[in-house]
Amino acid sequence: MKTISKAWPNKNLVRKSFPIVGMHCASCAKLIERKLNKTPGVISANVNYASEVATLEVENHVKDGDLAKAVADAGYKVGTNIEEEKKKELQNLKVKIIVSSILSLLVFIGSFPEWFSFIPALLSNSITLLLLSAPVQFWAGKQFYLATWSGLRNRAASMDTLIAVGTTAAYGYSILSILGITKGTYFDTAAVIITLILLGRFLEAKAKSHTSDAIKKLLGLQVKTARVLRGGREIDLPIEEVKVGDLIRVRPGEKVPTDGEIAEGQSSVDESMVTGESIPVEKFKGDMVIGSTLNKNGSFIFRATKVGSETMLAQIVEMVASAQSSRAPIQRLADIVSSYFVPIVLMLSVLTFTIWFDLGEPVRALINMVAVLIIACPCAMGLATPTAIMVGTGKGAEKGVLIKDAEALETAHKVKTIIFDKTGTLTLGKPVLVSFAGKTETLQIAASLEQGSEHPLADAIVSGAKERGIKLLKVISFRAISGKGIEGIINNKKYFFGNRGEKNEMVQKLENEGKTVMLLESGEKILGYIAVADTLKEGVKEVIKELENKGIVPWMVTGDNQRTAKAIAKEAGIKNVLAEVLPGQKASKVKELKEKYGVIAFAGDGINDAPALAASDVGIAMGTGTDVAIESAGITLINKDIRSVLTAMSLSRATLSVIKQNLFWAFGYNVVLIPAAALGYLNPMIAAFAMAASSISVVLNSLRLKKIKI
Amino acid sequence: MTLDKLLLSIGGGFLVVFIYWFFFGKKEEVLEAGDRVDIIVDGGYKPSVIKIKKNQKTKISLLRKDENSCLEEFIFPDFKIKKYLPLNEKVEIEITSTKVGMFKFHCGMNMFNGKVIVE
Repeated sequence: MKTISKAWPNKNLVRKSFPIVGMHCASCAKLIERKLNKTPGVISANVNYASEVATLEVENHVKDGDLAKAVADAGYKVGTNIEEEKKKELQNLKVKIIVSSILSLLVFIGSFPEWFSFIPALLSNSITLLLLSAPVQFWAGKQFYLATWSGLRNRAASMDTLIAVGTTAAYGYSILSILGITKGTYFDTAAVIITLILLGRFLEAKAKSHTSDAIKKLLGLQVKTARVLRGGREIDLPIEEVKVGDLIRVRPGEKVPTDGEIAEGQSSVDESMVTGESIPVEKFKGDMVIGSTLNKNGSFIFRATKVGSETMLAQIVEMVASAQSSRAPIQRLADIVSSYFVPIVLMLSVLTFTIWFDLGEPVRALINMVAVLIIACPCAMGLATPTAIMVGTGKGAEKGVLIKDAEALETAHKVKTIIFDKTGTLTLGKPVLVSFAGKTETLQIAASLEQGSEHPLADAIVSGAKERGIKLLKVISFRAISGKGIEGIINNKKYFFGNRGEKNEMVQKLENEGKTVMLLESGEKILGYIAVADTLKEGVKEVIKELENKGIVPWMVTGDNQRTAKAIAKEAGIKNVLAEVLPGQKASKVKELKEKYGVIAFAGDGINDAPALAASDVGIAMGTGTDVAIESAGITLINKDIRSVLTAMSLSRATLSVIKQNLFWAFGYNVVLIPAAALGYLNPMIAAFAMAASSISVVLNSLRLKKIKI
Repeated sequence: MTLDKLLLSIGGGFLVVFIYWFFFGKKEEVLEAGDRVDIIVDGGYKPSVIKIKKNQKTKISLLRKDENSCLEEFIFPDFKIKKYLPLNEKVEIEITSTKVGMFKFHCGMNMFNGKVIVE
C-alpha cells in the first residue's frame, strides 16, 4: 500500500472515510482493503477492524457508489455516516421550514383580511387557504403523522401524537366549516403550529449538538499521521497503521501521535489539552508521553506503547461518552412523569373539548383543545437532566476532571466529609531532602556515599545534593549495613551514614516533625544530620482551608505511625487523622465515618485505595494513580492537581443547580400552562411558540454551564 | 342539557376511558432471552420487555425500521449506553448485569421505552 506522504497533499486526491458494518474478524478488514485497493482510482485503502472505519485516499473522480459497491462485493456493507446523516436530516428540515414559513405567512395574512386590507380577495378565500395550508399539513407535517401511526400500532404515544392530533383537529374542523357543518376556519392555526414546531426542532437540534462539543474537541485532538522509523528510514504513516513498539520521531511544534516512552532526546511537552495541566512538563529518556499532546521545543524519538482505543485520549473519550449516557438519580421523577404524560394530555384535551362544548362554546372548545395538545411539552422534561449532564461532564474533562457517571456528579456537591489518603494524594509520594544540619561537606559526603546505594531514601539525598550544585566524591570500600546504613572511605577517611538508633535531642525534634533522620559519623563523632520527608503537594493547604470554609470536614488516613501522620496533617491543616491504618482497613474506616457523618468522599491513588474508593459515596482518584483506583472511583483528576477536588465539587454544584432550574422550568411550564390553555387563556399559535421555546430554553440553560467559572 | 351536548359528553367520557385503556391497559409481552435477542425498533421496541439471567452476557441487536427521529437514539442509562440507530441498520450492544432488578431503556426523549428484567 502506498503511503500518504508520497501522494499527499495532492489537489487531485481526496481523503474519504466511512463506517463499515458486518466485519467479524481482522481478515474481513484485509479482504475489504484488497477489494477497495483494486477499485480504479483508489490510491490507498485502509480498513480498521477495531474502529470499523475505512480510510481511503482516492482520485477525486471516484464516486462513493463505486466504493460502496466494492465493499458490497466483498460481502459487507457501508454503514451510515452518522454525522452526514444528521446533516442531511437538518438540511431537509431547513427546506421544510422555509417552504412552510412562506405558506403559513400567506395563510395567516389571508385569514385576517380585516388586518391586512391590501391583500387580494382570492387569498382570503377558504378554498385558497385550504390549498395553501395542505402542503404544510401533509408534507412538512408528514413526520408527525408517521410517528403517530407507528406509535399507535404499539399502543404508545409521543410528542408527535399531540401535534398530529392538535393540528388535524384544527384542519379538519376548517374543512367541515367549508362544507357548512361548522363555523370558522382555522387553517392558519394548523399551519403556523407546524411551522413553529419544526423551527423549534431545528433550533433545538442545533443547540443540542453543542452539548457534545467536549467529545468532538477531544476527538479533534487526534493526530492523523506519525513519522515512524522503519528499516532505517523515516516514513509518514496513517495513525491507524502505527503498531506497539514502533519508534516514532516527534519534531518541535509537532503533536505526539500516540502514547509511548521516550527512547532518545528530551523536550518539554504541553499536556494541557488532554490532562488539563497548564504547565508544560519536562520529558527525558524513559518518561512517558501522551498521544495528542504538543511537543514544544525539543525533538525526541519515542517507542509506542499504546495505540488506537488503548491510548489515554481514547480512554478519556470513552469515559466521558459513557458518563454522558448514564442517568442521574434526580432524573427519575422526570422519567416517570414523561412516560405517562402524553396519554394524560390526550385525556385532558378530550375533557377540555367536552366541557367547553357543554358550556355552549363549540368554537372555543376546539381552540382550547388544540391549545392543550400543543402547549404540553414533555420534551423539556426529557431534556432537562441529560443535556446538563452532557455539558457538565464535558466541562469537567476540559479541566482535567473526569467524571465516570452522572451519579458521581450529582453526589459530589452533597459531600460532608472527605478523607484523603496521605501518600501520593496529599504528599508527592516520594521522599525529598528537606533539611540538613552541619557543613555543606556533610551533605557532599552523605550524597557521595549514597550514590552507590539502592535504598529508597538514597535518591532523595543524591538529588538534593545535585540540586544544590554539590559535586559528588569518589567512594571506596562501600558497604551497606542492612537496616542501619552505609559506610565507605572518602579521601582516606572512613564514614558511616545512617541511623544506628541514636535518639538525641536533635533526632527527636526532627522525627517529631515527621521526618526520617540520618546521621553522618566518622569514628565516634557525629558530623551532621540529614532529614528527608515526603512533602505536601502544592495547593494542599489552600484546598483544606477552602473545604473547611465550605463546611466540609477533611480527614487524613495513612499507614504511618501517629507521630509522622500528625506532623504531616498539622502541616496540611487537617485536624482529623486516622493513623496506623492497614491497607485492608481503609474501606471499613470509610464505612464507619459514613455512618457517623453522612455523604463521604475518599481521595486516593493506589491499588490499596480501590476498596475505600468504592466504599465511599464519591471516590476521587488521582490521575497518577493505578488503573484499579481509577476504575473504582467516580471522579478521576487526570491533571493530578489536588485543587481539582474543589473544581469537581463546584462543577457538581453548578450542574445540579442547572438541572434543578431546568426541571423547575419544565414542570412549572406544563403545570401552569396546560390549565391556562384548558381555561382558554392561550391562543394555540402562541402555545406552539411557547412549546418550541421551552425545549430550546432548557438546552440553552444547560449550555450555559460551558461558560461558568469553576 | 340538549341532546347533542349529552351525546358529546357521553362520547367524550368514553373516549377518555378508551385512551386510558388503549395506552395503559396493554399487556406487555415478555421475552426470555438467551445470549442474544433481536429488537425491532418500529413505533416502539418489539419486544419491549426482555428477561435475562444475572451475570449472563446478552447481545441485543437493534434494528430501526421507523423513520421517526425520536427513535433514532437508544438510551440505556443503567448500562451507560447511548447509541445512534441508523435506519435499517443493525446495531449491536452487549450487556451483563451483576444485579437483579428491572432496568429501563428508552428513546432520545423518553417517549418510547422498554425494559430488561434481570433474574
